Amino acid sequence: MKKILFSLFILFVIIVILVITLLIRDKETDINVLDKLAEQYVEDVKPSVDHSKFDVLKTKFNNANEVTKACLSCHTETHKELMKSNHWNWEREEYIKGRGIVYIGKRNAVNNFCIGVKGNEKSCAKCHIGFGMTHKMEAYTDSVNIDCMVCHDNTESYIKGDELGGEPDSSVDLNNIAVNVGKPKRSNCGVCHFFSGGGNNTKHGDLEMAMFEPTKEVDVHMAVDGVNLQCVACHKTEKHNMLGKIYTLSSMNRNRSTCEQCHTETPHEQNIINEHTIKVACQTCHIPVYAKVNSTKMYWDWSTAGKLRNGEPYREDDEFGNYTYLSIKGSAKWERNIKPDYIWFNGTASHYLLGDKIEDTAKTLVLNPLNGSYGDKESKIYPVKLHKAKQPFDPVTGILIQPKLFADNKGEGAFWKDFDWYRASEIGMKDVNLPFSGKISFIETQMNWLINHMVSEKEKSVQCIECHTRNNSRIANLKDFYIPGRDYSSFIEFSGKSLLVLTFAGVVVHGFLRIRNRKRIEIKK
Amino acid sequence: MTTKIYIYKAFERFWHWMQALLIFFLVFTGFEIHGSYEFFGYLNAVTYHNAAAYAFIILIIFAIFWHFSTGEWRQYIPTKKYIKSYLNYYLFGIFKDEPHPTKKTVLSKLNPLQKIVYFCLKILVIPVMVVSGLLYMYYRYPQDTGIESININSLEPIALFHTAGAFALVAFIIMHLYLITTGTTITSNLKAMLTGYEEMEYDEEKNVQNEETAETIEILEIKDKDTQKNETEKDEKITVEINNKPEIVPQKESENTTNSENNKNNKL
Repeated sequence: MKKILFSLFILFVIIVILVITLLIRDKETDINVLDKLAEQYVEDVKPSVDHSKFDVLKTKFNNANEVTKACLSCHTETHKELMKSNHWNWEREEYIKGRGIVYIGKRNAVNNFCIGVKGNEKSCAKCHIGFGMTHKMEAYTDSVNIDCMVCHDNTESYIKGDELGGEPDSSVDLNNIAVNVGKPKRSNCGVCHFFSGGGNNTKHGDLEMAMFEPTKEVDVHMAVDGVNLQCVACHKTEKHNMLGKIYTLSSMNRNRSTCEQCHTETPHEQNIINEHTIKVACQTCHIPVYAKVNSTKMYWDWSTAGKLRNGEPYREDDEFGNYTYLSIKGSAKWERNIKPDYIWFNGTASHYLLGDKIEDTAKTLVLNPLNGSYGDKESKIYPVKLHKAKQPFDPVTGILIQPKLFADNKGEGAFWKDFDWYRASEIGMKDVNLPFSGKISFIETQMNWLINHMVSEKEKSVQCIECHTRNNSRIANLKDFYIPGRDYSSFIEFSGKSLLVLTFAGVVVHGFLRIRNRKRIEIKK
Repeated sequence: MTTKIYIYKAFERFWHWMQALLIFFLVFTGFEIHGSYEFFGYLNAVTYHNAAAYAFIILIIFAIFWHFSTGEWRQYIPTKKYIKSYLNYYLFGIFKDEPHPTKKTVLSKLNPLQKIVYFCLKILVIPVMVVSGLLYMYYRYPQDTGIESININSLEPIALFHTAGAFALVAFIIMHLYLITTGTTITSNLKAMLTGYEEMEYDEEKNVQNEETAETIEILEIKDKDTQKNETEKDEKITVEINNKPEIVPQKESENTTNSENNKNNKL
């Protein structure tokens, strides 16, 4: 019997030691995975075509449309691909739950920055991949209006002119660009996407000037001192259809550019962290802060717009040089190095579209509600920038107002020239064929901008304790589930602690009485 | 006069101290995971807690095997006998330096209060902790991979059971640590659990001890004459088995002989 027990005992000790070492030991790290990925993308692919040898590109171009014609003379079918793309159409076919199939895009969605494109096309077209965009958008149907250069110029010298409906600036050397075309670079995408919303980093927060030549600290993927990825490395493109979109303008869970396409769903050494990927998006931990270099706009109050000093519009700045007040735009708040907000998101979104009636004008109106919850199988926690605003709506009809903001001259009724809300709203609403009662009020609105860029080095990712904590948990606002470290039952907490205190007190009192009585007994003896 | 009895066998002592170590470690890492304080760092606390949990489960499996193969499990069957006298002892007698109502022997090393408490630990608290702990560990969010068939929609009930059990365990530890000091001398219980031998005091000669052995066997048999007059045949069978079990009887004899030897030595 003793021998059996002894051998059992030895066996047990061995097993315990084995189990503990196996579990505590870090799994062997396959550092090669990241290195291999990096090697894959570091290759400098030499194009198989030298455009400078084409005679058609050597003839002097008088305008941008001639360049496009020259492109299409060889790339004979490319315009068909392009004219199906979102970059050209500014709208997509989407299915929205409870709404059905809608065509949604910049043409009919409302945002809480410059509100909408309608009526302001001439100014907004600076970021359209076409020329000659006037307010009726007939240019959309003609392939010679495609702007190939804005995306394919590899000289970094192409710029579109201000308020020219998409035409290039007069300084641009069209012939030089035509012979130096290639795959789009960060500079091609950045000229539009880094400056959306009217200035650097205004809208996104994670896309800004600093991303032209970022350091590893700013973005580990695009870092010039690192892998130096271009946008299209992840936003893979086939036949001019690009992967990826932002959910301020799209609704369906499709055609997304994801981290998993390179990194797989379980890229971590530790299984317990891989498990988190079931409910936590990569971005949530790997983008601890956004707007790392320059500020991004967090609040836009249109209701204060229009104030003048000595009859002239004016500007006020904060300490970093961001405007806190502009007569044409109203009051603003900017922030830098921001911890994102977090939401459940399942890949589908809904949208406020032009003409929708606001259900409750007393509540904050979310212009692009992102769907998701803990109980939803498809949902994960994602980081977002919440942009809040006060923007004009018609209290009688209960719909958001699309004001006319831009015009070439004073007196045309544009708010940015005449500072008259009534006229700007009247003209703007007429442009979009919506009723306007003549009354203008302001409503709090909110937009959810998913944060996907500015991925930090892995050492800087969000640590466990930043969410699994009782105080200031990053996900303190996600209350529809229990997470260890953050949540507890106050009843169990109270009863448990009381039990411990009472037990301890009982033990102390009992022990004290024993000592006292022992002394008494000893004295008696 | 005093004598030494071998009460806790090697495995038993090993099991006890490993269990003590693991429970301390589990409590310490567990409450860090619970958010009560920071020490190891959250990820480390979770990793260590899980590792210790596996070790604990293996230990439990061995302990269960040991308890059944040696028949020691019968020590933990609660009895009503002597409960009053023990309550009296801990509430009053202990202050007057009165002796314990019963004596520890190999066959009955637990007093009736211990029996109840340890029985509850074994049958309630530990199983609750193990089951809720395993569910906690293998919980994989609603309807996803992992334990799909169990399909738990929330971690909350699991976590709450686990936390409540942890508080109960800590309360037990406080009480347990204190009650160690209530042996014949302040350290005699601790020494017994370390060496296996406990020093006993006897007022009279051998005979007394024999009587006590008889008494404790009665406790083992769970025969409270007042309450269990209509006891079923089954229980009687078990008691017969106990009495006839060859492994126990010789042990008893051998203990008696060693004791008498000890006594002789002491006399000398």
